[in-house]
Order: sequence, then structure tokens, then C-alpha cells
Amino acid sequence: MRLELVPRGDVSPWARALAPVAAVVAAILIGGLVVALMGRSPLAAFQVYFVDTLSEDWGLQEMAVKATPLLIIAVGLSFCFRASLWNIGAEGQFIIGALVGGILPLYTAGTEAGAWVIPAAMVLGALGGLAYAMIPALLRVAFGVSEILTSLMLVYVADLTLDYLVRGPWKDPKGFNFPQTVNFDATLPYLAEGGRLHAGVLVGPALALLAWFVISRTLFGFGVRVAGEAPKAARFAGFSANRMVIAAFAISGAAAGLAGIVEVLGQIGQLKPGISSGYGFTAITVAFLGRLHPLGMIFGALVVALTVIGGESAQIALKLPLDLTRAFQGVLLMCVLAADALVSYRVRLVTVARA
Amino acid sequence: MKTVLKIAGALAIVAGLAAPAAAADKLKVGFVYVGPIGDFGYSYQHNQGRLALEKALGEKVETTYLENVPEADSERAIEQLARTGHKLIFTTSFGFMEPTLKVAKKYPNVFFEHATGYKRDKNVATYSAKFHEGRYVQGVIAGKMTKSNVIGYVASFPIPEVVSGINSFMLGAQSVNPNIKVKIVWANTWFDPGKEADAAKALLDQGADIITQHTDSPAPLQQAEARGKLAFGQASDMIRFAPKSILTSIVDHWDDYYIARTKLVLDGKWKSEDTWGGFAANMVNMAPFTNMPDDVKKMAEDTEQAIKSGKLNPFKCPVYDQEGKEVPCKGNGALSDEQVLGMNFYVKGIDDKLPK
Repeated sequence: MRLELVPRGDVSPWARALAPVAAVVAAILIGGLVVALMGRSPLAAFQVYFVDTLSEDWGLQEMAVKATPLLIIAVGLSFCFRASLWNIGAEGQFIIGALVGGILPLYTAGTEAGAWVIPAAMVLGALGGLAYAMIPALLRVAFGVSEILTSLMLVYVADLTLDYLVRGPWKDPKGFNFPQTVNFDATLPYLAEGGRLHAGVLVGPALALLAWFVISRTLFGFGVRVAGEAPKAARFAGFSANRMVIAAFAISGAAAGLAGIVEVLGQIGQLKPGISSGYGFTAITVAFLGRLHPLGMIFGALVVALTVIGGESAQIALKLPLDLTRAFQGVLLMCVLAADALVSYRVRLVTVARA
Repeated sequence: MKTVLKIAGALAIVAGLAAPAAAADKLKVGFVYVGPIGDFGYSYQHNQGRLALEKALGEKVETTYLENVPEADSERAIEQLARTGHKLIFTTSFGFMEPTLKVAKKYPNVFFEHATGYKRDKNVATYSAKFHEGRYVQGVIAGKMTKSNVIGYVASFPIPEVVSGINSFMLGAQSVNPNIKVKIVWANTWFDPGKEADAAKALLDQGADIITQHTDSPAPLQQAEARGKLAFGQASDMIRFAPKSILTSIVDHWDDYYIARTKLVLDGKWKSEDTWGGFAANMVNMAPFTNMPDDVKKMAEDTEQAIKSGKLNPFKCPVYDQEGKEVPCKGNGALSDEQVLGMNFYVKGIDDKLPK
């Protein structure tokens, strides 16, 4: 006896659109069951986890702040993933972006440099991430090296480079030898009073819009899609596979680098080890949660941000353990993936052994 | 309905914060940990302090903790506690320093306590423990117990707290055994059992017969036990993880501090200051001395006692750096607190280059 997945013939666009919603509902029900088994009120958990965060100005602002690096990176990665290129190293490109972008604010700290530092730093950050992504891209084009391995391993190189700089040449001279730079004067302005909604949150949706336009309305976007879905057809149509590798890595690297410098200028205000908390990896989840669609990824980034913030609220208000939050994030992802599969495939129970 | 009441209650507390007249409520005390409370080391021990606080002050306080908070993402976590009516918030890792200060500016009526940092504000106090006092005792024991004269040191990050620990250990060891060598592996993490175990294995392979660590999991200790070597526990009494090889553990003891600081808030007497206590202040303890002969045990106890009574300072002058140059003596017969708190050099005899 076994289960078999049989492709469904035609799937209505409605079913596709509603699948993630059904998945979220299913995940909430499963989460509620676990909370009930732990002897707490599932209703209270739902209230704290979702309703409070979503109904408060502060919670919404924090969600946008948390979702911003995830969204920016994911939008960039979607170009790679659509073209079936596996850039796993966005985390490294994020760090190098923060680092290269951080040069200007670092050296202008304490001077009257003015506001030009911020846009200049953002451009440098994007260029830094782009350059760093070129290493796996060129290695693949020139020698056929797997970009999965090289991009992933370069994450550690980036991590240690940052580590070296903030412990050595870039160390705050008044910092008792602790590994961090001085606080930057050039930081992104806040958009609202009281919260932490910084100007960098506008970058995410703007990039998503741009990506949507490029993917659906330009020849290049068409090339990306064909390269992923039908590589042979892409070759026949005259799209260069090598050029595609370079372009997709350039875009995703630049986006990750930009995310890095935006996070530093908007949130952290200095360079120190551990500036990322894993955004480059979580963004991969976000990209697939959103099915590589710009709108979907906005949704995905917000959902992931919500689970983090709601999880903290649940720890505070209901004394629910962090492990539950982590488990719930896993359940949510599983439900979304399962819903996607179940929309496209039918599950059939096969009881007779194959002849 | 219950939910609605609860929310109404929570809102009332928040509202109560804005108008301090409505007191009589429990004092809400929040804790932010960098690791999981199940690390059985650093964060575990802070959480023991939280539990002791609940036990000691009972109905007067309500405590909350957030564990495993990434340092770069901690500002929101700290603010969550501040905005949910917590009046006293302990942030227990160095990386929480800038975020703590930022949140404190926004919530001038909330008191913050940041562990192991150096920046204070009107409503931000700092506290840390003289862990290096315990390291000196460990050094004395290691110097006596080693046969290979090679000690393996699993270190986390080259910040002053860790560097002064290494130096203090070495000075303790040299006081009883001039031929001793200390080998260091930087694990570049506070808590990662896999990496910590690898570091310990590498050190054992290089001939170390005693392992000591400045990372938070029991993994290095377990590696030593598996190879039949000796080791020290970190932050909490880790004897259950290596009953046959543990010599002692440095135990961080935050209970008294947390209780005292909370009482100050309850009495309206809290003010921002810096606390740096060791054996004498009962902020650092040694776990029972085990797996060693009586004479070594006696020596360890005497050393602990001498440090506690102030007779012995681990950094008593003269202290020599790696090149053999004497370090300027800025304290009273010993290195000054500032020199220890900002330590960025190795003492003579350490076989490693300080990552800079």
C-alpha cells in the first residue's frame, strides 16, 4: 500500500490563489491544538500572536522593519531561482554589502559630511554585494564549479572578513577593545514618530514592483523564465546561458548587498559581528513561500516577520516557550508547501502492488 | 471572554505605566538572554537568577524572559518588554549594549541593567562578574594536575572578558608550574555544541590533557570525559555531564544581584551604577573540587579564600606581556580595573597570537 501523487489536469487560478490562505488557516489550527495540549488558551494565543501585532501601530511598524531585509534579498534571489540557479550565499553578499556600504558612514562619522553619505553608501553596498556574487558566478561560467557550494562557502569568508575588520582596523578606539565600530552619524531617517519605521522599508516594495515589471514585461525577464523552465528552448532562442548566470547573480548579489547596508543604516547604526541573524538564509524560505512572485514574496516576508514578533509577544504575555514559536514557523512552511502540492496534485491511495 | 479580560488587564497595566500613581501592581521584571535557557551554562545561570528572584520576592514580582535573542535583532525584543509594562529589564549579553541604550532613551521610566557592557545612562546600569578570579583558581588546579604540561583552552571571542580570563588562568597555572603551556582555539561562538566539541577534540589531539572553556555548552567537557582527560565546567556546575573528569566549575551566581536590584526598584531607590563583583560579592563561586588529590584540593580552596579575602589579586604586579615587557602597574599593587576590563594583550608564556 502506498500513496501516489497524480497531477491534476487543470487547476483554477482561484484554487492557486487561495492555497496559501488555506495553508495559514491550517497552520493556525494545528498551532492552536498544540497550545491547547500545553494547557493554555488557543484563543488567547491567537490574540497575542496575530491580532495584537496586526492591530497595533507599533506591531505593524516592527513587521515592516523585520520584513525589509527579507523582502529585498528574496526579490533578488527570485531571479536566480527562476533561472534554476542556486545562489545559497545571499547571507555572505548581505554582509559584504553592509561592509562595503559601511565604509563611507564609518569614515565620515563625527564629521559634517552631510546627507549625501546615505545614498552613496547604499549604492556602494549594492555594488559590494554584486561584486561578491560575481565570484561564484564567474567560477561557474569559467570552470563549471557548482554555484551552490561556492556561494555557500563564501558566507563564512564574508563572516570572518567582517569579524576581522571590526576587531582590527575598524574597531571603535574608545570601545575597550570590544568588536564593533563607532556609531554612524549617517542613518536612515524614521518615517513615523515613536516607532522604528525607517526610510529603508520603502526599498522592498519598490524593488518588488521593479522585479514584477522586469520579469513579466521585458525580454530579459522572459529570458530568465525560459532559462529556468526550458533551458533547451532558451538556447535555441539565442539566450546565452552564461550571460544569464552573470546577470541573475549580479541582480541577487546587488539586492542582498543593498539589504545589508539598509539594515545597518536603518536599524543597527554600526558594524559588528552578527549583523545578519540569518536573513540571507531565511530569505530563501521567503522566496519560495511567495512562489518567486513579487507580490507573493511581500506576503511571505510579512508572514515570517509576523511569526517572529508574535512569537516574542507569546513568550512575554503567555510565557509560551520559544521552541513553540520555532515549531509553529516550521508547521506554517510545511502547510504552505503541502497546500501548493495538493493544489497541483491529487493524492491517490494505491492498494494493489504493481505488476 | 477570558481573553478579552486578559487583554483589558494588559492594557490596564500599560496604561498604569503612563500614570505611575496606579501602583500596587506586581513589579514586572524582564530578562533577555542571548542563548537558550537550556544551554546549561551562561544563559541557564541567568535564568537560575531569575527563578531565585521569583522565589525570594514572591507575590511582589512577575518575571518574563526572552531566550535565544539574536544580538542584531534585539532592539525590538527589548522594546517589547518595555512596552508591556516591565519596569526593570536585564539584558544579559554584551551585544545588547547599543540596543539597550536606544530603548532606554525611549522609555525613561523603565530601568535597564546591561550585563558585561561599559556604557551607562540615567536609566541604564551595568553589571558583570570577576570571572577571572575563578579562572585563576582553575589555573592553579590545572598547573598541579597536568602531566603533559599542555592545557587546551576553548575560547569564544577575543573580547577583554575572555582575554583577561585566559591571562588569569595562565598566571594561576604559572604560580605553581612554570613549564605550563596553554593552547587556544577560538570557536567564534558563545554557544554551538558542535563547534565547541570540535575545538576540544583538536586541542586533545595536540596533546592537551586538561580542557577549559569560555563557551557555554558542556560539549568540550564531554569530549574530555570521553577521552579520559580532565576538564573544567563553565558558568554553571556541569558535574552531571562529566562526573569522572570534572575538576570544578566556575559558577556565575546572579541570584543575590537580581534580588538586590529588584528590591531597590521596589523601594524607589534604584540608580544607575556599575557593579563588578567576584568571590567576595558572591557573584562568582567555585563548584565543589572533584577528581583531584587532597593536597591539590586544599591548595585550590586556599587560593579561592585568598582571592576572596583580598589577600591575593590574580593580576598582582609585576605582570609581563608576551614579549616579556612589564605591563605598567596602574592599580594598587595590581593592574587597575580599567586595565583588566579593557585587556587586549596576552601574558608571558601563552602560545598564541591574540586575534586583532
